[in-house]
Amino acid sequence: MNSRITSQSGTRGQAQQESLTGAEIVVRTLLDLGVDTMFGYCGGVVLPLFDKLFDAPIRFIVPRHEQGGCHMADAYARASGKVGVVVATSGPGACNLVTGLATAMMDSSQVVALTGQVRTELIGNDAFQEADTTGITRPITKYNCLVKDVKDLERTIREAFYIASTGRPGPVLVDLPVDVEVARYHMGEPATIDLPGYKVRTKGHSRQIAMAAQAINQSERPVLYVGGGVITSNTSEQLRALARKANIPVTMTLMGLGSFDQTDPLSLDMLGMHGAAYANYAVQECDLLIAVGARFDDRVTGKVATFAPHAKVIHIDIDPASISKSVRVDIPVVGDARCILEELLEQVEHRPRTAWFEKIAQWKQRYPFAYDRNSPYIKPQYVIEEIWRQTRGQAIVTTGVGQHQMWTAQFYKFRHPRQLITSGGLGTMGFGLPAAIGAQIARPDALVIDIDGDHSFNMTMTELATAVEHNLPIKVCIMNNGYMGMVRQWQELFYGKRYSKSYLANPDYANVARALGAVGLTCEKKEEVPKVIEEMLRQERPCVVDFKVDRHENVWPMVPAGKSLNEMNGLDILERLI
Amino acid sequence: MKHIINALVENKPGVLAHVAGMFAARGFNIDSLVVGRTEDPRFSRMTIVVIGDDRVLEQVRKQLAKIIPVVKVQDFSGQPVVTRDLMLITVAAPPEKRAELFAIIEVFRGHVVDIGPKSLTIEVSGPESKIEAFIDVCRPYGIKSLARTGTIAVPRQAGAEL
Ligand SMILES: Cc1ncc(C[n+]2csc(CCOP(=O)(O)OP(=O)(O)O)c2C)c(N)n1
Ligand SMILES: [Mg+2]
Repeated sequence: MNSRITSQSGTRGQAQQESLTGAEIVVRTLLDLGVDTMFGYCGGVVLPLFDKLFDAPIRFIVPRHEQGGCHMADAYARASGKVGVVVATSGPGACNLVTGLATAMMDSSQVVALTGQVRTELIGNDAFQEADTTGITRPITKYNCLVKDVKDLERTIREAFYIASTGRPGPVLVDLPVDVEVARYHMGEPATIDLPGYKVRTKGHSRQIAMAAQAINQSERPVLYVGGGVITSNTSEQLRALARKANIPVTMTLMGLGSFDQTDPLSLDMLGMHGAAYANYAVQECDLLIAVGARFDDRVTGKVATFAPHAKVIHIDIDPASISKSVRVDIPVVGDARCILEELLEQVEHRPRTAWFEKIAQWKQRYPFAYDRNSPYIKPQYVIEEIWRQTRGQAIVTTGVGQHQMWTAQFYKFRHPRQLITSGGLGTMGFGLPAAIGAQIARPDALVIDIDGDHSFNMTMTELATAVEHNLPIKVCIMNNGYMGMVRQWQELFYGKRYSKSYLANPDYANVARALGAVGLTCEKKEEVPKVIEEMLRQERPCVVDFKVDRHENVWPMVPAGKSLNEMNGLDILERLI
Repeated sequence: MKHIINALVENKPGVLAHVAGMFAARGFNIDSLVVGRTEDPRFSRMTIVVIGDDRVLEQVRKQLAKIIPVVKVQDFSGQPVVTRDLMLITVAAPPEKRAELFAIIEVFRGHVVDIGPKSLTIEVSGPESKIEAFIDVCRPYGIKSLARTGTIAVPRQAGAEL
């Protein structure tokens, strides 16, 4: 396949046949691809590139740690739908990208990482700051490569953007030896992509789509089960149209939240380990499961053998390798979700399915998400509900990983795609703050809130300095339970309450925030929650709020690992609370 | 069950590491893997013998195809193919045993490629079963060293073994 990424700006004309250094070629190509924002950290072997970035018309954000920079680029991509670009030096710089790349890989986020490398003739000699970057990152990138010849540089960068942003998106890393950055080459017509092994399928097979439509039209108890693929492919509108026209309830994975308005009566909210009981029951009792851009993750399916036992399964996905990987699929449709749903939409019919919706209404009424509203403590769920109320459900929310992440998924009712930015696949603690920064850079006018855990925040809180430097009005709400709460919950339930190493002393976060130049607030009383949130939302600077929440609250319901979706713990607790 | 998978890959650095790494990371079992040049210098061909059931095989094929420098993946299972292994084997061969060994080599259509004072090195090629049989026959004489290529395969055009 030969295709080309078209020029997005007119910078190309003057570049005709000039002799340029590799670093200049990189910058010109990035500009030509429409890049106006980058994240990165300098170092010896990327100095030629940084020198060319000195006066390039590109907004450049320097994180305090390359991991932070990579999460920023990732969140920038997720919030904007554009490619996020991160740069790091060789060796330690490249190694610090690892967690960020793996996070982007698991959540199919379009990131291009440019890393410096030691001089070509030193590669393999254990040179100063040498690491086998392509070797280390091969399993955690969609594609990576080392550029050994300046002639290949422009083409490789265009290929990196093309691969990162098409098909099932993912991170791509290009390793640039310093001698390639300074070598000279003529730039002529835009280089043509040459990727014989990379084919992007868009249109789904019409016969498969017809079969899917027929199954939908015949189904008494269908459920749409949708994942992050609906968001990356910008298919939310088509999804809503399909759900409405065919009258099908919709449940979402953590990554799928936002793809379907959770205030819509057809929404079944999140499914899975900490999903809604009504979503899990609906999946277990449905006769047709329509998976769109979701990958049957073990946190979603529980025990695979008993997942959706009565259902015929339709799976719509761009990645053929996702199909029948863990759950047997009856009607696979490979291609772009948007094209497929558009075609499907024409062939489906409205059916009332009164009995099915009655049953769902009963489950919804009997087992809603709930918490003890009369508790004297600040319940984290209450804080999140109050944030939702005061932001009218319109904020872009990022999270760390743990209980607070699950409560955010349960209690912030997401309404729009790209509104929740969270590390779903890898579950990377420390993602929340740098993600909030990346999202705020991508969406300067949006309200961006990081709902974080104390220990997740501890991991990357140094990036608060980055937010202050760029005067980004992000808000960080720490659900401070003093524990690695999710670990504590598992220890309480499955390890005889032996709280091994899941407690650490925390700093005074308001003081930390102030020391780094942000606004710091503390909330210790339940009655003060609304007022403190108001005060936080008034701030035009980065603001951290330390909510001292109930230390022993648990996330319910919970499907213990390896159990079926309908074997949820904590339903009795929820029933008592409503 | 053994399956033969054929992958046409771009001749780029890191492709072998990528394929091998993917097999290791996903817990697929490789019986043998052979890489060599093809008629087109831009591409190499990998012949991979994999052990697993149909489900595993389906994943192997898809995960291979997903690797960007992998251009084409074919599964030869259930289709007529010509398969060959090549082996070089050095067998203890004191003068009094040589005639006997030569007769065996003849039967297996092998070639003697090196002769030492106390040993013979023999080249044998053929389907895996033939190679195994030859090893069994040589064992009583004493095998001093053995090197095998692993299986390569192409689809069979003619209806039967020639
Ligand atoms: C980088 C990283 N290390 C370890 C873990 C394992 N882990 C998952 S949740 C969790 C505790 C999170 O604590 P906190 O951020 O305070 O959130 P809480 O559960 O208390 O809301 C840990 C240690 C992880 N997900 N990521
Ligand atoms: Mg905590």
